[in-house]
Amino acid sequence: MTPLLSLQSVSKRFRGLVAVDAVSFDVAPGELFAIIGPNGAGKTTLFNMIAGAIAPDQGLINFAGESIGGLPPDTVCRRGIGRTFQIVRPFPALSVEDNVVIGALLHSRDVVRARESTRDLLRRLDLFGQRHRIAGTLTLPDRKRLEVARALATEPKLLLLDEVMAGLRPTESDRMVAILRALNREEELTIVLIEHVMRAVMALASSVLVLDHGIAIAQGQPEAIVRDPAVVQSYLGANLVERI
Amino acid sequence: MAAETVTKTTAHRADRLARLAASVFGDVSPRAMILLGVLLAVLLMAPWLVNDYLLTILIVVLYFAFTGQAWNIMMGFAGQLSLGHAIYAGIGGYIAAVLFARFGIAPWLGLLAAMPIAAVCGAIIGFLAFRFRVAGVYFAILTIAFAEFARIGFDHMDFVNASAGLFLPVTQYAHNDLWHLRGNPTMFYYVILAAAAFVFVLCRTLLKSRIGYCWLAIREDEQAARAVGIDSFRYKMAAVMISAAITSFAGVFYAFFYNNLFPEQVFNISRSIEMILGPIIGGIGTLFGPILGAFVLTGLAEGLNTALVGLGFDLPGAKQVFYGVCLLLVVIALPDGVWPWLARLIGLQERSQ
Amino acid sequence: MTQLISVWLNVTVAGILTGLVYGLMALGLSVIFGVVRVVNFAHGEMMSIAMYLTVLLFSSLSLDPLVMLVPIAAVLFVFGYALQAGLINPFITRPEHSQFLLLVALALIIVNSLLIIFGPDARTVQTAYVFDSFEVGALIVDATKLYAGAAAIVVAALLFVFFRFAPLGKAIRACADNYTGALVVGLDVKRLYALTFGLGAACVGAAGVMMTLIVDVTPMIGPTYTLLGFVIVITGGLGSMAGALIGGLLIGVTEALAGLLFTPSAKSMFAFAILVLVLLFRPQGILGRRTI
Repeated sequence: MTPLLSLQSVSKRFRGLVAVDAVSFDVAPGELFAIIGPNGAGKTTLFNMIAGAIAPDQGLINFAGESIGGLPPDTVCRRGIGRTFQIVRPFPALSVEDNVVIGALLHSRDVVRARESTRDLLRRLDLFGQRHRIAGTLTLPDRKRLEVARALATEPKLLLLDEVMAGLRPTESDRMVAILRALNREEELTIVLIEHVMRAVMALASSVLVLDHGIAIAQGQPEAIVRDPAVVQSYLGANLVERI
Repeated sequence: MAAETVTKTTAHRADRLARLAASVFGDVSPRAMILLGVLLAVLLMAPWLVNDYLLTILIVVLYFAFTGQAWNIMMGFAGQLSLGHAIYAGIGGYIAAVLFARFGIAPWLGLLAAMPIAAVCGAIIGFLAFRFRVAGVYFAILTIAFAEFARIGFDHMDFVNASAGLFLPVTQYAHNDLWHLRGNPTMFYYVILAAAAFVFVLCRTLLKSRIGYCWLAIREDEQAARAVGIDSFRYKMAAVMISAAITSFAGVFYAFFYNNLFPEQVFNISRSIEMILGPIIGGIGTLFGPILGAFVLTGLAEGLNTALVGLGFDLPGAKQVFYGVCLLLVVIALPDGVWPWLARLIGLQERSQ
Repeated sequence: MTQLISVWLNVTVAGILTGLVYGLMALGLSVIFGVVRVVNFAHGEMMSIAMYLTVLLFSSLSLDPLVMLVPIAAVLFVFGYALQAGLINPFITRPEHSQFLLLVALALIIVNSLLIIFGPDARTVQTAYVFDSFEVGALIVDATKLYAGAAAIVVAALLFVFFRFAPLGKAIRACADNYTGALVVGLDVKRLYALTFGLGAACVGAAGVMMTLIVDVTPMIGPTYTLLGFVIVITGGLGSMAGALIGGLLIGVTEALAGLLFTPSAKSMFAFAILVLVLLFRPQGILGRRTI
């Protein structure tokens, strides 16, 4: 099966620092793919290259058979990739509903139709009751779900989630996991997520990539990854592995 | 059979109009509608209620309400601070004036030439700024540079009579010639009132449409807007061009009302600053802000002037000092402008605040 | 032929000397931006305050501008310090266009207050040596411009020395380089900001005093110099002191030559053309750091 997303030997350096060094991986359609690794490993840089926020120095990024490396973020979104940010960025002065409507405008002819199409999405993300609240006044978990809703409103085929569980309590994190699992199952949404919360990674991912200092040090199924000595050494720590 | 189709089409059209009106004004609270209605009624009757001097002041107020709203599209909706907006008014005024003075072409036709040219000028500035990532304060400085360039350029352009000034032929003040914009102040009053009202409805329509939502998204967070598929370059360009084109009408009005144009005055940075005072003091990004700002500012300034004259002082520049003080106070104490604070007070709120 | 060269030479030298004064003015603007990160839209207006003070003191006390250099610079220092401490420091967390507009307001107030107080007519400072000149071969240099240029070099040199060697100067540079780091080390950043603004204001005050030897003073001169200051500082590089001086020289010379080649009144068009080009192609300027 042709992968939905394919990175081949992608590299990025910032002046003297190599942030991402010849990373390659494939994501199959409908897969739940996690990228883990210590801070500064280059995970968000990788996302930024896929999403078009920065251009790769070397390597190819293919999405649905077409090369997207170096394309601007709005073009990448129109091709079918949605993303969230490591530090949540909803439109603070606008209402919850308006935030999602803006995402929906990508595929809706006018505002009225866009508004209608967001009803289901808001309900799905447990935001319907708060749809008239101003985004800047929401709690962190709500803002995170709002950002996911806004990205989903653009009807992506692939969703990039950057540490969407960070700062959430276990119950909220479980809620988010349930939502993501449902989306993956029902809408066949392919999800690539950067995560530190191993609980969520183990619960969600079918495939894991481990990044350290810009290099892919391990890739495979979650159960195998957590036992990989290199991964344990660089990131997980022996204690955590025992608990899992 | 034919009659049926006709009634169906008219009914269909009426229905569409009603729906458009509903979408534009649908979620305006009854209170706001009433206040709007009262304001409009008072303004419509103004020529019968006030003397000529006050009428001229109202014309100035509405002029600034008009330009303020036009500027607000660029700043309040799309987030780009322009301090050289006088260039668009100047271009509009000069084009229409030259066409009328030299070729007898009516200002409304002259407007058809002025608006696209002003839009192109805006497009050039916008393109240079957005392509080369000139933003924030640097964008403001860029706009100032362009306006100054125009000022000095026109000051040396013999085609428009350079610094000696361009004068429009005035044949009579007695009867009103709307087509050629020749007539008494009352005619000009209604023209600028209609224009200000038109821009108000336009802004409201834009805000509630797709382009308005995209503008707000860009204003709030351009990177996040791009991440949801908004081509920010295109929408910023649209804001600049629309704002420029609308402002050019103000220039046409100015030219035909005052009947003379001097580059030193028309393109002066003071004109640009005057244009932004209303919206900043009233409230950037809001619909009523520029209008309220224009009323408050000009009203108070004229009041101050009258008081000073009454006390025997003739201080050229006192008005500008007053403007400066108002701006200072608003920036310090009411950064969102007077309108949001006032709206909260009387229970009206705008969605885009 | 030699006549032509002589004209060009004289104009260029005059441009260099004027450019030195421009450079000093821009130095103040650059220092303020480099450290406090505030774009001082009232810079030229502050200079015009200094110019009017000079004119006033000259006409009432017959004191030579160069003698009044230090006291007037001191007055501007206090003004700048008070401005930063009172109006800008309290609102340091506001978005940048807020501070910008604050200074726009101030500029408006200053220009028109000067207009009210002094009227629109031009004032000049007619010193004893106003018509003197020095001749070196084909070169004829106005005494006023020479003194102004020399004074500018001296003040700029003092400023360089201050920032390089004085503990206070180094502390200020630390704030510019790393705001949080400076706080952590215990520097009173707000006070240092106020000091810096005061220094920048003193610079522009000194430049203003010197400028009275070269041009006539009108209220509208303020905005003109503010814009010129921006052009110079952006061309030379925001935050770079050497850049400000180099930018000043560049603008001084191009202005003078443009005045020679085209009509004198159109010479500022060149300054703006340069500004646009720099903003587009090298926004960090000649010597600036790419923090923009």
